[in-house]
Amino acid sequence: MTEGTGIGARVRRTEDNRFLTGKGRYTDDINRIGQAYACFLRSPHAHAKIDGIDTGAAKNAPGVIAVLTGDDVAADGLGGIPCGFSPTGTQAPQNAPPRPALVQGKACFVGDLVAMVIADNLNQAKDAVELIQVDYQELPANVDPAKATDPSTPRIHEAAENNLVAEWGIGDKEAADQAFAQAHHVTKLDLINNRQIPNAMEPRCSIGEHDEANESYTLYTTSQNPHVTRLLLAAFVMQIPEHKLRVVSPDVGGGFGSKIPHYPEEALVTWSAKKVGRPVKWTADRSESFLSDTHGRDHVTRAELALDENGKFLALRVHTAASLGAYLSTFGALSTTYLYGTVLSGPYVIPAIHCGVTIVFTNTAPIDAERGAGRPEATYLVERLVENAAREMGIDRADIRRRNFIPADAFPYQTPVVLAYDSGNYDPILDMALKSADYAGFEARSADAKSRGKLRGIGFSTYIEACGIAPSNVAGAIGAGIGLYESAEIRFAVTGAVSVHTGSHSHGQGHETTFAQIVVDRLGVPFDNVEIVHGDTARVQWGHGTYGSRSLAVGGSAIAVACDKAIAKGKKVAAHLLEASAADIEFKDGNFTVSGTDKSKSFGEIIGAAMVPHNFPLDEMEPGLDQRAFYDPKNFTFPAGCHICEVEIDPDTGRVAVVNWTAVDDFGKIVNPMIVEGQIHGGIAHGIGQALLENCVYDPETGQLVTGSYMDYCMPRADDLPNFNLGFTETLCPHNPLGVKGCGEAGAIAAPPALINAVTDAIGVDIDMPATPEKVWRALQSRAQAAE
Amino acid sequence: MPTVSMTVNGQPAAGEVEGRTLLVEFLREHLRLTGTHVGCDTSQCGACVVHVNGKSVKSCTMLAAQADGAEVTTIEGLATNGELHPMQAAFKEHHGLQCGFCTPGMVMSAVDLLNTNANPSEREIREWLEGNICRCTGYNNIVKAIQAAAGQTGG
Ligand code: FES
Ligand code: FES
Repeated sequence: MTEGTGIGARVRRTEDNRFLTGKGRYTDDINRIGQAYACFLRSPHAHAKIDGIDTGAAKNAPGVIAVLTGDDVAADGLGGIPCGFSPTGTQAPQNAPPRPALVQGKACFVGDLVAMVIADNLNQAKDAVELIQVDYQELPANVDPAKATDPSTPRIHEAAENNLVAEWGIGDKEAADQAFAQAHHVTKLDLINNRQIPNAMEPRCSIGEHDEANESYTLYTTSQNPHVTRLLLAAFVMQIPEHKLRVVSPDVGGGFGSKIPHYPEEALVTWSAKKVGRPVKWTADRSESFLSDTHGRDHVTRAELALDENGKFLALRVHTAASLGAYLSTFGALSTTYLYGTVLSGPYVIPAIHCGVTIVFTNTAPIDAERGAGRPEATYLVERLVENAAREMGIDRADIRRRNFIPADAFPYQTPVVLAYDSGNYDPILDMALKSADYAGFEARSADAKSRGKLRGIGFSTYIEACGIAPSNVAGAIGAGIGLYESAEIRFAVTGAVSVHTGSHSHGQGHETTFAQIVVDRLGVPFDNVEIVHGDTARVQWGHGTYGSRSLAVGGSAIAVACDKAIAKGKKVAAHLLEASAADIEFKDGNFTVSGTDKSKSFGEIIGAAMVPHNFPLDEMEPGLDQRAFYDPKNFTFPAGCHICEVEIDPDTGRVAVVNWTAVDDFGKIVNPMIVEGQIHGGIAHGIGQALLENCVYDPETGQLVTGSYMDYCMPRADDLPNFNLGFTETLCPHNPLGVKGCGEAGAIAAPPALINAVTDAIGVDIDMPATPEKVWRALQSRAQAAE
Repeated sequence: MPTVSMTVNGQPAAGEVEGRTLLVEFLREHLRLTGTHVGCDTSQCGACVVHVNGKSVKSCTMLAAQADGAEVTTIEGLATNGELHPMQAAFKEHHGLQCGFCTPGMVMSAVDLLNTNANPSEREIREWLEGNICRCTGYNNIVKAIQAAAGQTGG
């Protein structure tokens, strides 16, 4: 174990002291002087015409300051909530009907925003919402992505014929078809990637404030990317200059993708704060979160893998119907297109791949990224096909993977689906996992389980991930409205204190610790002298925020580059002080030394000399040492890993117990192993949740959200999970200055197929997620009946 | 409006509340003790756990009026003289928290567990935590932290 506080050390987290003592400052902990409270009326219908809204009684209720509807929004000329992604590679440009902040004339999902009440206190606002009368005319609804384009399915938006967002495709269909025609064996799978609700534990919260003196606004909000929210809200919705809006996202209690999008509630509290002349605060209760946070996944897929007689993969063909809900969210189709189709090659050589996605609207909450975003969906189908193919062809599940892995000497490796993997070495990962999971001992454990009346199964998942999203030119080429570089600014105080202002946002990832370790490692300054600043557009120059496992690879690299710039200038300062030439100055372990001598200055001394330039080469350079970097990565990063899951199933109840979990991952250089392990734990738990417990269900007839509370939507609890057995290999990322890859989503990507492969191994039949006791029990019954 | 008074973290606290005011609202909105969180509206998540007369209670599931006259301890009252409580220290040492939102409830619940059962098995810990949801950690390190706080080696 690396000692100290630099890269590789298990530094205990800086942020923990405030979180552990109740001093965290989450958005709902903030109260502004004179603030009023907002409460929303949401549509109780999945699809309904609105013929009238009577707000009279609500307006006259005690404490009520304002009751606002879509007509007020339209009268003030507020823009719709924008979508920042329009995929290329579609047959026609995507249909992007506008999403007004409050609906006018029509509601499109249960939870759609119909009216807003602002009152002196929260209870008054809640009471007044009950008094609003809405004249709804219910319309037939559709919640099934596979049925959305049927001519008989009711149309949700005038602008979107057949409820189609777009038809998107990637890869070479002809080449894939040809390979299938010559295949020795074809494995087919129809599967559903079950809809999920991300469920960060902190519900969303937003406080809008207007400053009359400066004609400017402040929004405190639970966001993973406050600068992006500022851009969307200022430029598109409010249509004010960006500098007239400050967005603050302080401590944020988890995101998992659901706090990436810019939401209408954020726009409404900001807009209405000026209207009512008071700060306006809104905090979601959990029921609102279920209804209105963006959801994830929701794919209906047919996938086929073609193999030759040796179990070598020849081609992969995929068609998916994917819902984006009732409106396009901020990143819209990104998770269902490029983040999905481009990772279908997995860690394998698959000579031909084609994937088509029919992207549709349904009468459900909007869908956007959820931990993994597209990559879990891709990995799930590939890994299930691979495991089924092995079973069908009588090849060991480890062997079939080994036969098809991209060889270590083939990198950089160009896949048939756009991505070029920069580095990887998959065999050692598999070897370590097999050993660590005692794969050889599985048969004995299985026999033992059998003697206890249990069915034991084992399942693998060998994944790759494309993360550290992304080079800006690639982001532009695939249809993103923004660049995806990251910014860092490093500022030095006279006394030697270092402030690092980062555009990444921490909502559990521990940046205040990890990023400080990078600075300690680079500059040799004491850990306690370093402060990481994030989450406030007034304090941080610009940023794209945190998602796609990009904080360390992109945001951390920006910090490293800014540090290097400070070192470069520091060398010149040291040369002056030490009366040497800059070319002779070496920087190591925090000291500038004239090479071959013991003449040296510490980084702290150089900071002092630069900030108090009494003896400073002022004719050559400006005083100060502050530096700024905008780091645009050259490529994605490509972590990889192997997860092995073992389950025991009680055939009488169908209950699946996860009894062993082994994960071996390659994240390149690891800055803080303790934090990385925590990320893997959380990711696996999220993936086990999807595979075993969590399922977002809308009633197929009425479009009501059936799983709208923790009583109905089954979150993983402590007693559902095992301890996780982790291991790491290290192949450095060759193109970023830290050699890092990113780890936040890996567990959620790897876990679902490993678990379902283990269940299908145990019960001998295919099953869709989540593998609930009822589903497993029914599968066992039907297998028994079929055998009779 | 009725008045309630109670002892919170050793200090007398009183206020006028509506009958429907929950204990958690009283703590957060009246006393501005925002360390206790609200994560749900169905009494499932445990982000709101505090101690009432020494027992862990979901403060979203109790009216402020029901706590009249009670001794309440919140996460803010757990450390003494700036020293973390051993459970808080164990959570930090073993990385039992990430975003920190579930943490106050987790810690308060875990403290009550060890008050009730000084040497719980891993299964008993996991079962005790059934009423506390964490989305970030996968519970692995929360369990470890509690084992360590219980003085169990290998925790
Ligand atoms: S707030 Fe969720 S149980 Fe109390
Ligand atoms: S640490 Fe984030 S929910 Fe537990």
